[in-house]
Amino acid sequence: MDWLFFIESSLAGLCTGAIYALVALGFVIIYKATKVINFAIGEIMMISAYFFLTFAGIFAWPLWLALPAAVVSGGLLGGLTEKTIIRPMLGESPISVIMVTIGLSNILVGTAQIIWGGGPQVLPGFLPRQPIFLGEIYVSSKIAFSALIAVAMLICYLLYFRFSRGGVALRATASDQAASFSMGISVPRVFNFAWIFGCMATALAGILFSASGGLSPHSGGMALAILVVVIFGGLDSILGALVGGLIIGWLETIVGAFWGGEYKMLAIFTLLTLILVIKPYGLFGTKEIERL
Amino acid sequence: MRIADAVSSYSDDEAIFRTRTQRVWMGILLACLLAFPFVVSPYLLFLGCLIGIAVISATGLNILVGLTGQISLGQGAFMGVGAYTSVWLANQFALSLAVTLPLAGLLTALVGVIVGLPSLRVKGLYLAIATMAASVILHFVFVHWESVTAGNLGLNLQHAKLFGMELDSDFKLYFVIIPLALIAVTGARNLLRTRIGRAFIAVRDRDISAEVLGVNLLRYKLLSFGLSSFYAGCAGALWAYFFKVITPESFPLEVSIFYLAAIIVGGMGTILGPILGAAFMTLVPEMLKVLTLLLEPIIANAQVHLAPMKGVVFGILIVGFLLFEPHGLAEIWRKIQRFFRLWPFKT
Repeated sequence: MDWLFFIESSLAGLCTGAIYALVALGFVIIYKATKVINFAIGEIMMISAYFFLTFAGIFAWPLWLALPAAVVSGGLLGGLTEKTIIRPMLGESPISVIMVTIGLSNILVGTAQIIWGGGPQVLPGFLPRQPIFLGEIYVSSKIAFSALIAVAMLICYLLYFRFSRGGVALRATASDQAASFSMGISVPRVFNFAWIFGCMATALAGILFSASGGLSPHSGGMALAILVVVIFGGLDSILGALVGGLIIGWLETIVGAFWGGEYKMLAIFTLLTLILVIKPYGLFGTKEIERL
Repeated sequence: MRIADAVSSYSDDEAIFRTRTQRVWMGILLACLLAFPFVVSPYLLFLGCLIGIAVISATGLNILVGLTGQISLGQGAFMGVGAYTSVWLANQFALSLAVTLPLAGLLTALVGVIVGLPSLRVKGLYLAIATMAASVILHFVFVHWESVTAGNLGLNLQHAKLFGMELDSDFKLYFVIIPLALIAVTGARNLLRTRIGRAFIAVRDRDISAEVLGVNLLRYKLLSFGLSSFYAGCAGALWAYFFKVITPESFPLEVSIFYLAAIIVGGMGTILGPILGAAFMTLVPEMLKVLTLLLEPIIANAQVHLAPMKGVVFGILIVGFLLFEPHGLAEIWRKIQRFFRLWPFKT
């Protein structure tokens, strides 16, 4: 076994994993606050990357403006989604809510094809290109910098949820909706806010992914891995999202590097099945206790 | 106008057709189905067969999702299992459709039961993802078990044989597909009247309560997975006989989503729902195609936008039905019936 190659792949995998963790965090924020499973997460990533393409490529805005604008647009798209189609589904069965987000993902893919065309596109380069060497270990700087940005965003989010008023409101709502409502927290606003924040994290991750992997209306398919991450880590656990993201990203890259791309999905979904059999609520998920 | 039906016994109340009117209408429908292939163009006949296959699969998925309440994203992969089984049996042993179809169904039912095993520990989203994992793994098997599936090249199939006859046209296949679809629907309808069907509904409404009442969860959840996959396997086998070529890409995750959408648009948990939903969802893309042909002179290259528009319309239908008519087309149909039943009194 080539240890140098193994370490290089592991580093690349952990970097990918950091971005996975960011998307998974967005997913978990939405799930914790609203109990909605967002199957459209990949498509929100894809649309946000197209926003960035439009702002930076077509309007030729500078990076410091285009990147935040695209992230905020992604967040607003999430907020709009929540207001228009998720809120009316409150209290419906999980099948219905899942299908609404699947319907949304179809709409977003079709819309992207109509607006931006069906072919693959390349985002304007904003990440440095020259390779980084740690001793003999080669790291692609695109992936490394994406991971750095993702980690920075993750830290901002964690601090925000720990210390700000909004973050406390969100955590309170997640733990008990009725109690937080009676303490004066506007729970509907928290729902909206969770979707905006969750989708902002998703949007940034989408832009980072597309910056190194290219972009097409169908690149939302990459989010299948995210579903595995959140189930693996536990749907309602932020720690789970972080750990799960790193582990799944690492595993996927290692399997892809040593066995070939077609084994990636098999590996992560097999791991997922094992986890579901051994620990049905993921690594750190809360076990649901049901009463009659 | 018919305000109420007087039934004097429990079995009358549970009968499939409760009034003579219903029987007459059913007879007319059967006559129409019989006459259909003799009067329509080959294109409509093709669509008719496609709808028949979709109805079988959607009815099967409805048993699992609509009646038992277990979310499955594996229906497409199950159809793939059925298709590959029947093609392999037909090519290897030159068996007739009367043998390959039940065998395909049974093997798929077995796969379905295995995939359903996690349903004992997890439900809701976790189960949806577990079935999705199964469909990813099955797709991998289709691609890599090359001695049976020929990998990405796919398999070709001769014309189906049934009782010494070659089913070499859509016309002949129609007379296999539609009776099978009728049997499938009748089976599902009768299932509802049995202990099994009632147990499924109890599991859907509250699985813990059902268990307390003496419904064996293990048995009924797996039975539901098995039955539903049996339907999917038969539908997949017919699909293979109909298109005569299958590849791993014939049964992507989108197929599973299509069938979930069909039963939601049609109306979950009803018998009529999957039939209407499957027909509707099969016809909508075709209607869009006709629409773009009509728009061609007005809007330049309307054709280019056809594929994306299909996606958008598909999504809008799902979201729209869930938001505005969660009980689907079956409920709309019931409203129309009620209107005519109450017509002079309620306007």
